[in-house]
Amino acid sequence: MEMQQFHYDNKIVKNFIYATILWGVVGMSVGLMLAFMFMFPNYTDGISWLSFGRLRPLHTNAIIFAFVGNAIFAGVYYSTQRLLKARMFSDVLSKINFWGWQLIIVGAAITLPLGFTSSKEYAELEWPFDIAIAVVWVVFGWNLIGTIIKRRQRHLYVAIWFYIATFVTVAVLHIFNSLELPVSALKSYSVYAGVQDALVQWWYGHNAVAFFLTTPFLGLMYYFVPKAANRPIYSYRLSIVHFWSLIFIYIWAGPHHLLYTALPEWAQNLGVAFSVMLLMPSWGGMINGLLTLRGAWDKVRTDPVLKFMVVAITGYGMATFEGPTLSLKNVNAIAHFTDWIIAHVHVGALAWNGFLTFGMIYWLVPRLFKTKLFSMGLANLHFWIGTLGIIMYALPMYVAGFTQASMWKQFNPDGTLVYGNFLETVTEIMPMYWMRAIGGILYLTGMLILVYNIIATIKAGSTVTDELAEAPALERVSKKRLAGEGYHSWLERKPVKFTLLATVAILIGGMVQIIPTILVKSNIPTIASVKPYTPLELEGRDIYIREGCVGCHSQMIRPFRSEVERYGEYSKAGEYVYDHPFLWGSKRTGPDLHRIGGKYSDNWHLNHMYDPRSTSSGSIMPNYKWLIKNKLDKSLTESKMETMVTLGVLYSDEDIANAQQQMTTQGTQIEQNLYNDPDFAANYEADKKHAAENGVDFIEMKDREIVAIIAYLQRLGTDIKVNDLQ
Amino acid sequence: MLNFVKGYMETISGVEIYPIISLIIFFTFFVLLLWWVLSTKKEYINTLSNLPLDNNNQNDTLL
Repeated sequence: MEMQQFHYDNKIVKNFIYATILWGVVGMSVGLMLAFMFMFPNYTDGISWLSFGRLRPLHTNAIIFAFVGNAIFAGVYYSTQRLLKARMFSDVLSKINFWGWQLIIVGAAITLPLGFTSSKEYAELEWPFDIAIAVVWVVFGWNLIGTIIKRRQRHLYVAIWFYIATFVTVAVLHIFNSLELPVSALKSYSVYAGVQDALVQWWYGHNAVAFFLTTPFLGLMYYFVPKAANRPIYSYRLSIVHFWSLIFIYIWAGPHHLLYTALPEWAQNLGVAFSVMLLMPSWGGMINGLLTLRGAWDKVRTDPVLKFMVVAITGYGMATFEGPTLSLKNVNAIAHFTDWIIAHVHVGALAWNGFLTFGMIYWLVPRLFKTKLFSMGLANLHFWIGTLGIIMYALPMYVAGFTQASMWKQFNPDGTLVYGNFLETVTEIMPMYWMRAIGGILYLTGMLILVYNIIATIKAGSTVTDELAEAPALERVSKKRLAGEGYHSWLERKPVKFTLLATVAILIGGMVQIIPTILVKSNIPTIASVKPYTPLELEGRDIYIREGCVGCHSQMIRPFRSEVERYGEYSKAGEYVYDHPFLWGSKRTGPDLHRIGGKYSDNWHLNHMYDPRSTSSGSIMPNYKWLIKNKLDKSLTESKMETMVTLGVLYSDEDIANAQQQMTTQGTQIEQNLYNDPDFAANYEADKKHAAENGVDFIEMKDREIVAIIAYLQRLGTDIKVNDLQ
Repeated sequence: MLNFVKGYMETISGVEIYPIISLIIFFTFFVLLLWWVLSTKKEYINTLSNLPLDNNNQNDTLL
């Protein structure tokens, strides 16, 4: 048989590893900054682009797409070439994949703190980035499938299947969830509204976890664990069942993020059933990973790579046990909106994604640079300090979540809430927030130890060169061989057909869920009294989106006695029909805001935004002083309304023509209301006078951002009166 | 009052077909998959599971 010589592309792997480490440090540091904002809400006071609401999406995106994303590419580019005995399909595509991805990350790091966000969780980037992500992702898939086609290894190892499924599904999810109509270069509105937007968003959100944080990493596990342990996977049969059942079932489980919300019950129940079923393939995979180490446990004691992998797989097992548990309605009723969810995602991110990445880096870097790891001792130190960090992070968050949920639900014998003041439940868990921050410091310290260890290793090593390899070319398959062949081995030789089948598998799941979702729009009972937002309220809503208020405040009152008692009448699907995008939120660091309208005076809101502690003693909300000073940008209002009309919001031509005038009228009314507070009147008049004396431009209160946000907050949840309903 | 929380989907005509379709697809698919997995020859499975280790990969010998 003729041997062909070729080179594995190691430089692209090296680049992705560098990017993984760099963005890992950035993403974790931002996370730590956020953790400290719970104790010191104002240490970045006055700097809008360093406020909690704007940094939170930066943290989540940096970890998911920058740290984990680059780790995926590093691992996929390394293992794919070796499993298929071929160089990547095209060096140009590899480079576009690398630099394109880094550019998107830099763009995110600039635009998210500046407040350009779609507000949809883990899909916050605005529309030009959504297009760029789609393009780079297709380049990645093209490169992957191209390599598969020109491979020298007939059969596709299970890791490759996971990569294919990742590519296909992420593409589908990203495109459907990002359908939005641009208003300007960095502003768009989701084409979906309210319930429908929520369904699509969490179909995406759930599956982003599945197909970005799970399937590619399972592929990496199936390659790197056998490599590191130097023995084959425990059961290849199990891995086949694992793969098909995982991708088939995962895609159905999305609605479990919206239990007890205004989502149709059958969709909720379907979500729960599939979430519980998901436990089986997940644990099948975990057991398969761990049992690969049978007979090699002595190595685990000494080899830091295997240690990291064992904790990673264990973390995967814990998170995938917890996931189905959380999807049960009665558990979800407690956990949803609390820090329990924060604990859950961090077990996944810190242990499963983080530790598998670290294990992979410690295994790969010495091999790429043809040297030994600089220090085993430091790698072991990283392992122990990181593990301690995970525990110190997760445990307090579980306690915090459970404590707060219990306090929210506690009633006095006379039927009133024991902790009627939301802040009491926050103050109670402050020690947990401290411990969480310490856990974060430990984990980040471990990461910095890795940076030092890897730099020292690289310095001692030789330059990375493309590695020479040889393998025979694939021969044509003869008729004779085909004779007794099983169906799956035929399928494994046909990557394109395999890809199509995997696509069909995930699309069936997607469609069975999405078609009724699209039909549901016409099935949501419209409530006659629900009207579109006024132009000023619409602008206020956009400020709410810009500042990331949704990161800490939900707008979804669940039909529980404790929530109705605390916040008011529970939320109805029909109330959200004009909400492009929906703003239900997923975490209540502060109270729900769906019925905040009319609860407090305009002055209360102004004072609260200026200094939350002046109205709510002990509050951990940061000051939003810039809202009170900034001039409201009204230049896009008409285009925004026109875009809304295209999306089905009922604005008449007259409404749009009178938008400016209407904003002034409503703003003037709020300005007048503010004069009710003598302190405000005195200060405001003094400012005005001061500006006039010094010839400085003065922005009238009615033209400032605060007026728009007050207009929006005072409108929230006021469309329906409880008595109107049956 | 609960009408506002549940039942929008029930008004879509023929919506019951979706869960039934999904159940049938799943059941058939997994029966076939299991049948195939259990009936595959052992040598073939062994070849596949050794794919990551079977490499003339010069880097692997390091460390």
